Amino acid sequence: MTKIETPGADLPLQQLERVVIRFAGDSGDGMQITGNQFTQTSALFGNDLATLPDFPAEIRAPAGTRPGVSGFQLQFSSKDIHTPGDAPDILVAMNPAALVVNLGDLKAGGTVVVNTGAFKANDLKKAKLDKNPLEDGTLDGYRVIPVDINARVLDALVDSPLKTKDKSRCKNFYTLGLMYWLYSRPLEATITWLHEKFKKRPELVEANVLALKAGFNAGDIRELFQGQYEVPKTDELPAGTYRNMMGNDAIAMGLVAGAKMAGLTPVLGSYPITPASTILESLASYKHFGVVTMQMEDEIAAICAAIGASFSGSLGITSTSGPGMALKTEAMGLAISAEYPLVIINIQRAGPSTGMPTKVEQSDLLQAVFGRNGDAPVPVISCSRPSDAFQLTIDACRIAVQYMTPVILLSDNFIANGAEPWCLPDIESFKPFPVVFKTDPEGHQTFARNEKGARAWVKPGTPKMEFRIGGLEKDVEGNVSYDADNHQAMTNHRHNKVAAVAESIPTPELDGPDSGDLLILGWGSTVGILTQAVETVREDGASVSRMHLTHIWPFPKGLDEIFSKFKAIMVPEMNMGQLTRILRGEMPQHNFIPFTKVTGQPFLTTEVVAKIKNVLEG
Amino acid sequence: MTDTATTTLTKKDFVSDQEVRWCPGCGDYAILAAMQKYMADSGADPANTVFVSGIGCSSRFPYYMNTYGFHTIHGRAPAIATGVKVANPDLSVWIVTGDGDALSIGGNHLAHILRRNLNVNILLFNNEIYGLTKGQYSPTSPVGTKKKSTPLGSVDRPFNPIAFALGCNATFVARSVDTDAKHLTRILAAADAHQGTSFIEILQNCVIFNKDFYNKVVDRSVRADMTVDLIPGEKIVYGADKDKGLRFTASGLDTCGVDDAEVWDPSTATVSQAFAIAQLDTDPDTPKPLGIFRAVDAQIYDESVREQVQDAVSTKGEGKIEDLVYSGDRWTVG
Repeated sequence: MTKIETPGADLPLQQLERVVIRFAGDSGDGMQITGNQFTQTSALFGNDLATLPDFPAEIRAPAGTRPGVSGFQLQFSSKDIHTPGDAPDILVAMNPAALVVNLGDLKAGGTVVVNTGAFKANDLKKAKLDKNPLEDGTLDGYRVIPVDINARVLDALVDSPLKTKDKSRCKNFYTLGLMYWLYSRPLEATITWLHEKFKKRPELVEANVLALKAGFNAGDIRELFQGQYEVPKTDELPAGTYRNMMGNDAIAMGLVAGAKMAGLTPVLGSYPITPASTILESLASYKHFGVVTMQMEDEIAAICAAIGASFSGSLGITSTSGPGMALKTEAMGLAISAEYPLVIINIQRAGPSTGMPTKVEQSDLLQAVFGRNGDAPVPVISCSRPSDAFQLTIDACRIAVQYMTPVILLSDNFIANGAEPWCLPDIESFKPFPVVFKTDPEGHQTFARNEKGARAWVKPGTPKMEFRIGGLEKDVEGNVSYDADNHQAMTNHRHNKVAAVAESIPTPELDGPDSGDLLILGWGSTVGILTQAVETVREDGASVSRMHLTHIWPFPKGLDEIFSKFKAIMVPEMNMGQLTRILRGEMPQHNFIPFTKVTGQPFLTTEVVAKIKNVLEG
Repeated sequence: MTDTATTTLTKKDFVSDQEVRWCPGCGDYAILAAMQKYMADSGADPANTVFVSGIGCSSRFPYYMNTYGFHTIHGRAPAIATGVKVANPDLSVWIVTGDGDALSIGGNHLAHILRRNLNVNILLFNNEIYGLTKGQYSPTSPVGTKKKSTPLGSVDRPFNPIAFALGCNATFVARSVDTDAKHLTRILAAADAHQGTSFIEILQNCVIFNKDFYNKVVDRSVRADMTVDLIPGEKIVYGADKDKGLRFTASGLDTCGVDDAEVWDPSTATVSQAFAIAQLDTDPDTPKPLGIFRAVDAQIYDESVREQVQDAVSTKGEGKIEDLVYSGDRWTVG
């Protein structure tokens, strides 16, 4: 391999279409904050963007070790982009562990900004390194920008009243300042944020702003980079008002909106679990929207409290991740049997068991669709991205109340913590779905059904309507029944009711021609990568179509007809082929080709492109 | 509401149209009858009353009450009731559970509902046996209980439900007996009046799998000497002639004459005093305490949860969806 002597040193000031940057440091170094600030500033600047936070489950794994490395990748662009990027153009490494863990992902000839102040013998030892990677040739072929960030921060804060340890903690804002200079970003949004974040600690505001500005000025004064870059604002996003949005926040807002559209009080029962906890936290801050939240003693109590709230005539909601779903299973059966609305949110993470709590996977699909005792169908919906989570959460609420059923809304770690610009919807454009409680006892039967197959909802407190309900099988009157024909009939009713949800959901749109050799069929957070991959192969002349499912159970109508016009349907998913199994069970006449990955990391566009080409070449 | 006289309901109005399916002679019948009568006598509104239960013989109770009822899943009634009550604090909510439902599979939820002080009433039917699964020992069965799953005798120490509740800082703790309708009704009324979680252990006879297990304390021939009733404002005395008493000492509790007997006040007694009385259970020679162990006021969970929402609405104004979505840093394209 040819050694590049001073790679990048002669680069002129230039405009770039897109940049992929990865911040990496110790989990105590504030890399997620740094990444989120860069994201927010770039969003306000007018770039399209996508992010991929990647952090350990441990809050503070031993400092300086490889398991303690926390990363945040962001792609920002003047063009419409769909992914956080496969390989970073620039890596910011705050310590040796962060450098060695992330270097392999960097583009050939990419730039490394490295905090040389954290490469002392003891730092190398913590990262299990015998030699200093700054000196042993590890970085040959990359453009290295060495900065002793540890020392520069203390220099900048020499007059600050903070203790040395607290001064050092400002190094992420120094680093952010450096990157703001390199990519010509304004500082104002971050300064405003710091004032808000530390409004009760003015000395911290002052120190962090100083560090931010010192980093920014260092880029200028010290000529570290031999030039500045600019990524112009995009003109490819549709007209509208935008804000930067993360998936869990969008779900929390969607729950408030969905409950309002149903005319109900949202009542959340939840138990903290990564990566779903921020839904509980956000909703707890929305009390002035009439939101009731209860942090319960465990996952089972959380769903049970939500079911109890629905029994009382509120919209019961519970939020969790895979292991919590496992615990809630029996209670879901109760809500299915008693036929109460309930919104169950699963922010999927890598499993089985505790698995990898902060890593992404889509492996709870079969659990969502089938994972209960008895024949216990529920509708299953999946968000694809932060910007569709709001609307899909509202739809989950709609289905729950219109069909008197629990609904499972799936998301995952990538959507939950990833961010992208969200074109704010016109709230007036949503059609409300107000619940009408039944109050007329005349001829009322507990399990009499409307045209959708839903039973009527009667609130306790309603005179002359007293009923007893529960998990034992009931007849149409609501009385316990072990009658053989009745059980068959009630099982059929529950099945048909969920199947009928298909009447109320749209057939997904096709991206590309409506017939051909290959259809890429995805669901969940792979949408950006699959869109990018399909665009890439089309540039090479391949005719490939793409479709993304948001409503997975029941399947939307019209799929069979669409599928029948393709020779093969490739199903990429971050599990061992769960959607493929369901598709083969429901529509065995089609040729489904699974494409699976379970590394705890999203697909790379290049991987999907290679697989598509491989399939097309047969 | 109009000011015309409301119809007076009778016990029959609280009897549902369901055929009661407990075993003949089961203690549950007496408790059900006492409850139906209490509801009528206390002027309860069936439409505003909810019985929530878990799983077990006792948990069939809601089917037989002509009120709203939710027969849920094993051990989870306290959690379900928490949602029911928080979503509508105007409802009068009663939880019916058993020793297995409340203290084995649902022990966690029982602990937490008592800790939170949700404004509901809990009736724990304790027959020291699993009935619905046909006679295995329960978490309240004494050590050495020989049943189908413990042919050589159980080896785990039992819970004392009263001590459990006191340990959870419950605000109302009482004990009664299925066969004593008068006593039970008095306790139901006190529990109903109490604001916060009212916990009542009801000693209940399982005539099939643990027949008359409690006769050594509640049988008429021994009851006066083997039980002591904790009545607020009265001296703690027992015996056929009410000639024996209890008093607190530095080391706990001691028997004494009537003159020295403590005047019982469950609203001022410390938890440790109530706990000391509860521990009388462990000594077969001392009377088993019945009545009200504790009745104190404390912050009520459902009220506080709703107050926070109301306060937020009145301070910040009622939020609209638009305010939520169109907030934070925004930018415009086009």
